[in-house]
Amino acid sequence: MTSVSSYLIKSVRILGGEPTDLLLKDGVVAEIGTGLSADGAEVVDADGLIALPGLVDLHTHLREPGREDAETVETGTRAAAMGGFTAVHAMANTTPVADTAGVVEQVWRLGREAGYCDVYPVGAVTVGLKGEQLAELGAMADSAARVRVFSDDGHCVSDPLLMRRALEYVKAFDGVVAQHAQDPRLTEGAQMNESELSGRLGLAGWPAVAEEAIIARDCLLTAHVGSRLHVCHVSTAGSVEIVRDAKRKGWNVTAEACPHHLLLTDELAATYDPIYKVNPPLRSAGDVEALRAGLADGTIDIVATDHAPHPHEDKDCEWAAAAFGMLGLETALSIVQHTMVDTGLLDWAGVADRLSYAPARIGRVADHGQPIEVGAPANIALYDPAATRTIEASASASLSRNTPYAGMDLPGRIEATFLRGRPTVLDGKLV
Amino acid sequence: MKRHLLSAADLTRDDAELVLETAAELRSLADRPIKKLPALRGRTVVNLFFEDSTRTRISFEAAAKRLSADVINFAAKGSSVSKGESLKDTALTLEAMGADAVVIRHGASGAPHRLAHSGWVRSSVVNAGDGTHEHPTQALLDAFTLWRHLGEERRGGLEGRRVAIVGDVLHSRVARSNALLLKTLGAEVTLVGPPTLLPVGIEGWDVETSYDLDAVLPKVDAVMMLRVQRERMQGGFFPTPREYSRRYGLDGRRMATLQDHTIVMHPGPMVRGMEITADVADSDRSVIVEQVTNGVAVRMAVLYLLLGGSESESPE
Amino acid sequence: MPAAPLAHPGRVVLDARDIGRALTRISHEIIERNKGAGDLVLLGIPRRGVPLAQRIAARISQVEDVDVPVGSLDITMYRDDLRLKPARALLPTEIPSGGIDGKVVVLVDDVLFSGRTIRAALDALNDVGRPRAVQLAVLVDRGHRELPIRADFVGKNLPTSLSERVSVRLADLEDDGVDAVSIEPRPDATEVGE
Ligand SMILES: [Zn+2]
Repeated sequence: MTSVSSYLIKSVRILGGEPTDLLLKDGVVAEIGTGLSADGAEVVDADGLIALPGLVDLHTHLREPGREDAETVETGTRAAAMGGFTAVHAMANTTPVADTAGVVEQVWRLGREAGYCDVYPVGAVTVGLKGEQLAELGAMADSAARVRVFSDDGHCVSDPLLMRRALEYVKAFDGVVAQHAQDPRLTEGAQMNESELSGRLGLAGWPAVAEEAIIARDCLLTAHVGSRLHVCHVSTAGSVEIVRDAKRKGWNVTAEACPHHLLLTDELAATYDPIYKVNPPLRSAGDVEALRAGLADGTIDIVATDHAPHPHEDKDCEWAAAAFGMLGLETALSIVQHTMVDTGLLDWAGVADRLSYAPARIGRVADHGQPIEVGAPANIALYDPAATRTIEASASASLSRNTPYAGMDLPGRIEATFLRGRPTVLDGKLV
Repeated sequence: MKRHLLSAADLTRDDAELVLETAAELRSLADRPIKKLPALRGRTVVNLFFEDSTRTRISFEAAAKRLSADVINFAAKGSSVSKGESLKDTALTLEAMGADAVVIRHGASGAPHRLAHSGWVRSSVVNAGDGTHEHPTQALLDAFTLWRHLGEERRGGLEGRRVAIVGDVLHSRVARSNALLLKTLGAEVTLVGPPTLLPVGIEGWDVETSYDLDAVLPKVDAVMMLRVQRERMQGGFFPTPREYSRRYGLDGRRMATLQDHTIVMHPGPMVRGMEITADVADSDRSVIVEQVTNGVAVRMAVLYLLLGGSESESPE
Repeated sequence: MPAAPLAHPGRVVLDARDIGRALTRISHEIIERNKGAGDLVLLGIPRRGVPLAQRIAARISQVEDVDVPVGSLDITMYRDDLRLKPARALLPTEIPSGGIDGKVVVLVDDVLFSGRTIRAALDALNDVGRPRAVQLAVLVDRGHRELPIRADFVGKNLPTSLSERVSVRLADLEDDGVDAVSIEPRPDATEVGE
């Protein structure tokens, strides 16, 4: 890594505003203004680039410990940095499961050692993700990793009593339960969105109601016990409507949408190529429209990647045998630009909110997701919205290659990412 | 024809009628002293069966052998597949053996599609039944049987003919392929079953649907009964086997409401007493045994048309 | 007078009356050679060999007062150029109910050219049964043999160039209902077989 300790970013447009200079020094934003002098700082020419607060992902699968053949904390955070992220929340479905203070501290430490991105471990809600008994949520909250987000992601906390207890219990340390909303009985063997197409393809359907019924129940439980619920990867128009209604009632509910659900539809399953197999599944064009509208009006608070690396052999097979999930960190911002900004649904300030401020707020992450102001931690992404790139799976910084966007032309490219004033990405390359 | 037969939807009306005409010529072979033709001499057909289906495998094997092809049977049971070797690795092995066609039966919907389009093999792929998706050669043999009985073996012979397909449409690859192919051939299809066994979105299939078997039977020219698999009986799709039989089984009383010319079909194996009673299965209307004979001729036609000439169309 | 010259591009070499006379002569030659029509079976090679076989059989029946069994023998699957083109549709094979074992089979085709069609027909016949003898009758022999095969009965020997095509039109198969044999320039010189 470079030894330079200060950077002068010349003529950058903060959140797409007027060009200005930005001096990063000693880990914070030291000065903002036009015509700043370099004074020993390394100069970064940012003409045409946009400065965004470092992105924060509330939903990342880093796979370590246990599946280091798919991703490690180091490779996953490198991919995150390439995508403009300065903080990621590492999901708990590792082997062993992150359901004790010991495991979450290990993941947290691995993140610090890698140094590309701050890693905030998510703690499991139940022991072994089995949905039977609460994990030691308090011990994880009190650990060095200071866990605030709890999720059995990959599994739904489907038992209503257990969900109620989890929601109640996390109030003691201002935690949040992030629910993977999927009724298990309604989705036994499910392979793709239940629709006319699933019937034709002979693939077992994953009906929208299996998501919506859980979200509706959890909103009611949250209101009843006065806690905080976060809904992972909302994928249907009906779910957006339920969350909108809960917010209107003043309930403490937040929700995320994934980039792939903002762009891709279930028609892709007709290829039987499991690169498009994800959970929850790709939905209809109408659902995509509703998610975009929900993200635009704030019903959906954030975009989270659900970055889910899988080794080649888990995707190079028949659909039913393949693993669920797709890569997301390196393409998230481009997808958001393509689906939300270029369509006029969101401006760059809105992007900063949905991909940085709001996820940091939900995860109770103090050092990230702050506006770019003098004195703020220098977590910053420089982005070229005018660039176009053709996605190549082999070019990914992730250890895995399961991107559904391979071969697609997407707008925008991260030119630099700064974590506490130190570049993790410069000139579009990892430092 | 396309290079692969993965779905009944791969066949245009011309393609499908060519298969039927070719099968009609080949069917006469059964009466000859030497039941063999040299068309596929030097070609290798692999029967790749990940699911047990002796009937279908034997039918394809007989078809390939009567066309003088070399046949390799590769069954998942007793092979490395059961030890976890992937479809891909198996495919690469077959490719190394120089297979010209792979006839695949697989429990996963879309496995033949994967085999054909993932670049693992160069051979033609014939779907011999995949999961709950399709079984196009079964549909072709059913269409052939209908064509002989109702269509005078002439092009357009099934135009406007009415066929009811009855039972577990949701899990039936036979029903999917038949619905597609019979529509292609101009027939009118009615899918009949309890609402729990008709797929979501069936309104978009361009077929009629009904929950009432008694209302449909007097109007049709053929009735095709689908097998009710044992695991569905426990799956909560209907209350009891007895209630299913009472509402959707074909018995002597219901058979009496059919028109005189109406035939009864079943893709086999039958669950006698469940979806069809023994007296119906063994009646004059039943063409169930003939379906088996026709299966060999139809599969010969498919293999000949896919492999008999030069590679007609470049792979998609 | 040549029949409807506008409908047949190229040079008409046999008109309907010529064809009729040729078939009559072939019929008599078949009877003569086989000393009657007792064990005869005529098998036409589709498509045009089939109506020719039927016409010859009718003439023989007139003369001999017996019904001569007529059938058709498709050679598609026995062709040596099967792999050079996309799979071809099969044509009808109909073996008369008496079979061919111990019979004298007369194969009937319209044009004898390379001889490959007849080679295929002999192979096909081999899978159907074991005739006592096989004879060959053709309407036109245009030469250019590539195999040691000759016809027993020829309607007309027609010296041709390889750059020409012999076109046989039979009333039974054509919309205009006119018999004619004509020689045309070959549109596609790479075409294989006849
Ligand atoms: Zn999830």
